[in-house]
Order: sequence, then structure tokens, then C-alpha cells
Amino acid sequence: MLADRSTRPPEPAELPSPLAPRPYRVGRVLRETSDTMTLTVRPASSAAIARPVPGQFNMLYAVGVGEAAISVSGVLEGQEIAHTVRRAGKVTEALAELTPGDALGVRGPYGHGWPLDLARGNDLVLVAGGLGLPPLRPVLEAVLSDRGAFGRVEVIYGARTPKDLVYYADLQDWRQRSDLRLQTTVDVAGGDWNGDVGVVTRRLPDARFEPDRTVAMLCGPEIMMRLTAQALVERQVPASRIFLSMERNMKCAIGLCGHCQFGPSFLCRDGPVLPFSRLAPFLSVKEV
Amino acid sequence: MTGLEEAVRHHPLFRGLEPALVHAAVRGATEREAGAGELLAHEGSPADSLFLVLSGKVALQMDRPDGGALTVQTVGAGEVVGWSWLVPPHRWRFDVRAMKASRALVLDGGSLREALQGHPAAGFQFLLRFLPLLAERLENTRLQLMDLHAR
Amino acid sequence: MDAGSEGSQVLRREEFPRLFSALEDAGYQVVGPTVRDGAIVYDRLHGVDDLPRGWTDRQGPGRYRLERRGDDALFGYNVGPFTWKKFLFPPRERLFTVQREGGSFTVVPEPVEAPLTAFLGVRACELAGLAVTDRVFQGGPVVDPGYAARRSRVLLVAVQCGQAGGNCFCASMRTGPSVSGGADLVLTEILGPGPHRFLVRAGSPRGAEVLSPLNLPPAPEEDERTVGELLDRTTRSMGREMDPTGLRDLLRETLQHPRWEEVARRCLSCTNCTLVCPTCFCSTHEEVPDLSEEKVERWRRWDSCFNLGFTELHGAPVRASGRSRYRQWLTHKLGTWHDQFGTSGCIGCGRCITWCPVGIDLTEEVAALRVPVAPAGPPGRTA
Repeated sequence: MLADRSTRPPEPAELPSPLAPRPYRVGRVLRETSDTMTLTVRPASSAAIARPVPGQFNMLYAVGVGEAAISVSGVLEGQEIAHTVRRAGKVTEALAELTPGDALGVRGPYGHGWPLDLARGNDLVLVAGGLGLPPLRPVLEAVLSDRGAFGRVEVIYGARTPKDLVYYADLQDWRQRSDLRLQTTVDVAGGDWNGDVGVVTRRLPDARFEPDRTVAMLCGPEIMMRLTAQALVERQVPASRIFLSMERNMKCAIGLCGHCQFGPSFLCRDGPVLPFSRLAPFLSVKEV
Repeated sequence: MTGLEEAVRHHPLFRGLEPALVHAAVRGATEREAGAGELLAHEGSPADSLFLVLSGKVALQMDRPDGGALTVQTVGAGEVVGWSWLVPPHRWRFDVRAMKASRALVLDGGSLREALQGHPAAGFQFLLRFLPLLAERLENTRLQLMDLHAR
Repeated sequence: MDAGSEGSQVLRREEFPRLFSALEDAGYQVVGPTVRDGAIVYDRLHGVDDLPRGWTDRQGPGRYRLERRGDDALFGYNVGPFTWKKFLFPPRERLFTVQREGGSFTVVPEPVEAPLTAFLGVRACELAGLAVTDRVFQGGPVVDPGYAARRSRVLLVAVQCGQAGGNCFCASMRTGPSVSGGADLVLTEILGPGPHRFLVRAGSPRGAEVLSPLNLPPAPEEDERTVGELLDRTTRSMGREMDPTGLRDLLRETLQHPRWEEVARRCLSCTNCTLVCPTCFCSTHEEVPDLSEEKVERWRRWDSCFNLGFTELHGAPVRASGRSRYRQWLTHKLGTWHDQFGTSGCIGCGRCITWCPVGIDLTEEVAALRVPVAPAGPPGRTA
């Protein structure tokens, strides 16, 4: 008689986990630099993840090794997604070893991406440092596919050395276009490098945009983003229209594990893209 | 007033400064054009010039131990190159090489020093503009040294 | 329907086993306080004799000692090193198993183990703690399925505190000592005058359902008054206090306060405070392959913001200094928790003070942060 009481909920049989990776396979592997590759991945079953928007990230799973948060660097035909991975730990090492056809797990897409809608009708300034370019590439692709909807497009890309620049073919293509301006700069170069040498903020004075109708998107090392954002604020771009893609240790990516906190934000859920106006009080403090 | 002096007066570094200082500072100044790859100054040689870059792009380079050149900074139109004219022993600390066809006003270091000494108040104003350029370059060099992109 | 409005009933001490049996008859396994290894911990109880009869806990910063009471109180202590969260959010939990298959893999979900469970002896502050973890694990966009499954099968039997401990400050945090809601049954132990007895009231239909077969007599008005006086006395005897007003802003504005450096000189980064805290929820994932590597288990285990590896990014910790890690813990618990979950993460139970090996007292740290420091002058730029 007790078993029928309606006030007691029945025990579910099993728990489908929101953390379960979906089986995917590697499509192509493109070597970008000595330690960085771009993998395209496609679903190995009917269980594909939702279509990511620019700025979102996925958790890529090397079976038996673990997961790493990797930003989406391209959304291709069908359900194929590109991720650019740098060897930086045991998971990314394992991911970088994968070859076409290999299995891996994917879950996502997670987080809030770049505010493309806000950028529409405005000038757009994209500033990338190092591996900050991959999360911004889908923005450029979206902008170029609807170029008329945006004002001036200025892209500044900084890397350590010329050898560390990723997306060589895209850079060539963008450099030749008349509807956007790309400035590349490196920290140090040999005598054969014809581009700029110096930090990315040195390229800002050359960028043409109207501050009061500009949206800026920044991705790269935190110091570089902070200095760039400050320089943009000095040029009268409102802090609420300067967006940074933040990075912290991520484990669950769904706001439950506590790892990715930055001040009041869970970067996995509230970020990774957040406005400078919200980040500034914490960016100026060490070890937040 | 020469066209060159007129150009210097309108440069951000000199704009609005006492005309007598500018007049003294441009003594011996020239305009120089350099083709791509041309060396404008050589590390270790006497440094008696301040370059006001008008167009093009120049690189500050150092010799690498293995013999090649290492570019540590590039400087474009509107920017300046050279502070060794101000600081003894007045020798270039790096090579200055045009990366493409470039044009610059070249002010004579000796004249500049005399101009600053002869017009201390305006000279101080000039230094207040010149020093931040050095500070910024030092700061940027520090950032480059941090090797932010290494990891 | 408000089952609580039916008023209180009296359960005499010698009849307490009947309540225990009623819980078991209703299908609940009972977990609650019991003495083990010199502490009162929460574990599976098999009868009233498992309760810490006649024991109390004396607590201070970095200090915890069981002592004999001069009476037979069943709930004459405050809080121990365990919290109820371990039953809902286990210290180690397998999330799923990955099975390699034909060059790919499948994910085998974890079978649920969520038996009907009665938490017997939940304190008012701990009810507030459960409300906090409810928000964390099932109040956001993604619900933790394990927590939610287990939580839905729990009956909460609260016992209001008849005394306050040396590190208690629930009165400051407005989470106790009286139970205002969230419990299925609410008990208050009355040691006298009169016979040793409990006042019981149902706080939910589920609670009322457990209670009804007992046919307990209604409580006389004097007993209600006695309980009121008891709770007043408990409130007045809080070992600590902490002014909770404006904490969110205070902690946002004091990130550079020299006190962080000072507390870091004492803090050992041992993680004890996060392990005993009823609301700390941080966890990490472990990938556990079997020897053949055909099967890989994914485990989740408690983590702590005091661990160096917690913020590891590209091979180095973001919060490398002890100062930054203590600051993260306290600013999160008392400050940014409000931004994230609309409530404080602190319930005033004092466990972090008791179980800190060097006796760091957060109420003292907050008081120190409230003392403004002389500004160091405008930030300058020097070579």
C-alpha cells in the first residue's frame, strides 16, 4: 500500500548525463604551425551537436585521455566543424595526434558567442593575438558572407613570430580584399619578414573606424586584450561595445563545476565572450 | 622659412613649440628617401640624427648571433626613430633599415641639442613630448619580452 | 494545502522509536547523526540507539571536542564535519562509462541509485544550505541529473537547535536557529521542565503522511512557548556574529585589501573549509580507463578552489598565490554567490572555522576587510 503513495517520486532507471560526449570522427587535419593543427570533425552517428555560432566552444574528448575546451574556428558544409588545437597539455597532445577517420568525442556548443547582431550596421574592429584568431575566424566568415550589413572592417592579428601565424591561406585572401583591412604584426622577426613588428596595440592608430559606431572583438592573451581594450576606450569606443573572449580552466562547461569563474561570471555559461565594461574591474586585479 | 622647416613645425613633436627652437632645430636638416632594404643607420656608428618618418616603413634591427638580422620593431609614417642623438655616447643602438620605399625628415642631432639648450623652456616642452615615445617603446618591448603568445 | 498549519504534536522521548519506525515503514532509509571517531557524523542509522545520546560538541576556531552532557539529549550538539551534501553530491561519483566499439564509442549511462532517504536531524542552517545547493545543481539552465534524482527522494526531518555552538552565526545570516520552511518534519527537543519530549510539526504533505499513523496528541500551548524561549536562548548564545549587509559590494571593492596577504600567511591551502562547507560545490573530472582500455569510466570528485591545479591554464595556475585562492573562496562564498545564485553561499554554520587547522575565522576576516585602508595614492607609471 505504501508503494502507491503519490507524494513520493519514482526512482528513474538511469541518468542520461549532460556531460556525455557524442561520437565524432576526424575529417581533415591541417598543420598550421609546428605545434598547432586544425581538425575538422563530423558526427559518427545521428547524434550531432547543435550548430555553433561564432565565439562558442566545444568540449573535445580524446577517448581515454580527457576533455579540453576548444573554440569553434569554422562551421563548414553539413555538420562539419573546425577546431584549431595547440599542443599544450595531455588532452591537446592527444587531439593533435589524431588522423582522418579517428574517433573523438564532442559535446557543445557552449557559451555566449560574439555579438554579431550588435555589430551589424557598425564598424567592426577585430583584434587577435596568437591563438586568438581561431575564435574570430567564424566572425569574419559571417561578415564576409553578408558584407553589406557592416561598416568598415579592421582586422589586427599579432603573433609571436611569422612562423606562428595560423590560417595562411585565409590571411592571403583577406589581405587581398578591398572590403576589409588586415594588419599583421609579430613580436620578433627575421630580416625576411616584410610585415610589422611590435605589439598589436601599435597597429591601432592606423585602424580606421568611427568610435561611436564601432563594435570591437578581442581575443588573445589577457594582457594584450586588456591593453587593447584600454586603447580603444581612449579612442572613445564605449567599453560596453568592446568584447573579449576570456579563457579559464574548464571542466564541465555547463556551470556546475566551478572551475571557470572570473569574478561573478562562469565563463563557460556567461562567457566566454563578455563586454569590457563587465570585465574591467576584475581584469585590473591579478590572479582573479 | 623653408618648406622643410614648415613641415617640422607641423609635426606632432614640434607643433606649437616656440618658433625660435624649431628654427634652430632644423639647422642642417635634410629630407631623405630610401629604397626597400636600404640601410639608414648602422648599429655602433655615430648617432647624429632624429628621423621623422613621413611615409613607408622602417625596421629597427639587431644582428643575430647566427649572422641574420632580427627585427624588433617596425616604425611607420608619423612616427619617429632615434634617441641616441640625445643620450651620450651618441651611437646607434640598432640598425635602421627601410622595409619599403620610405621618406623621412632627418634632423641633425647636434643642432637639436643646441636648440634644446638654447631654449630651455621650449626644450623642456619638447622633452615632455619625446619622453613618452621612449616610455611607450620601452613598455612595448617589455610586452614583447613577456612572450605572451608562447603558451 | 498547508500541512504545517495543523499545529504541533507531542512525541515523548520513549516513543521516539515509533517515529523512526514510521519513517522506515514509509520506505525511507534513515541517515542522521551518530558518534564515530570522536565526532558526530552523518551516516546510515539503524535505530534510535545510533543517535548521539548524551553527547555534545564543543567548538572553537580550529577546535572540536565531544563532551558528555549531563542529560540524555538525542540532539544536544550542533554541527559536525559532515554535511548532507555528501548524500546528494557524493565526494566521488561515476558519471558514465565510455565503451569503445568498432573504431568509435558509445556512452553507457549510469544506473541510478536514489533510494528513498530520510535526513534525520537537519539543522535550520543546513536547510538553508540545501536550498543553496538546490539552486546550484538544479536551479540553473542545466540540471545535475544525479543530484536531482537523489534530492527528489529525500525527506527532510529538521531538528531545531536548543543551543548554539562556539562557531555558530546562523542568527547573523538569518538562516536559523528556527526553521521557517523547507523541511518535511520539524522537531524540537524539550529536555524539561516536564518529561523529555519532542514537539513535532509537519512542514509538507509528505511529512504529514509519515506522522499520521503515529496519532500523536496535540501540543499544549505552554510547549509552544517553551520552544519559543528555547530558540530565543539559542539566538542569544551564538558563538560568532557577522554583519551580512553589503557584503557583496564590500568584497567587490576590497580585492586589493592588504588583509588578503595577512590571511594568506596563516592559510595552509589544506581545502578543509571547502570540504566541510555545506554549499561548496566545485568538482573535477577523472578519466579512468580499464587495463584493456576498452572501457573508460568518467568520474566526478570534489575539488577545491584552494588546490593549485584548480585554475591550471596552459600548464600554470592562474591563482598561484595562497592570497588569491583564499580571496577567491571568500569573495565567492559571501560576494559573487549573490550574483550567481541570488543568495549568499554562507549559511552561518561555522564549520569552516572549526575545521580550519589554524583556526581562520571568516567572521573575523570580514570584519578586518570592513576596515578601510589608506589609499596608496594614484596609480603611477614609473620605469
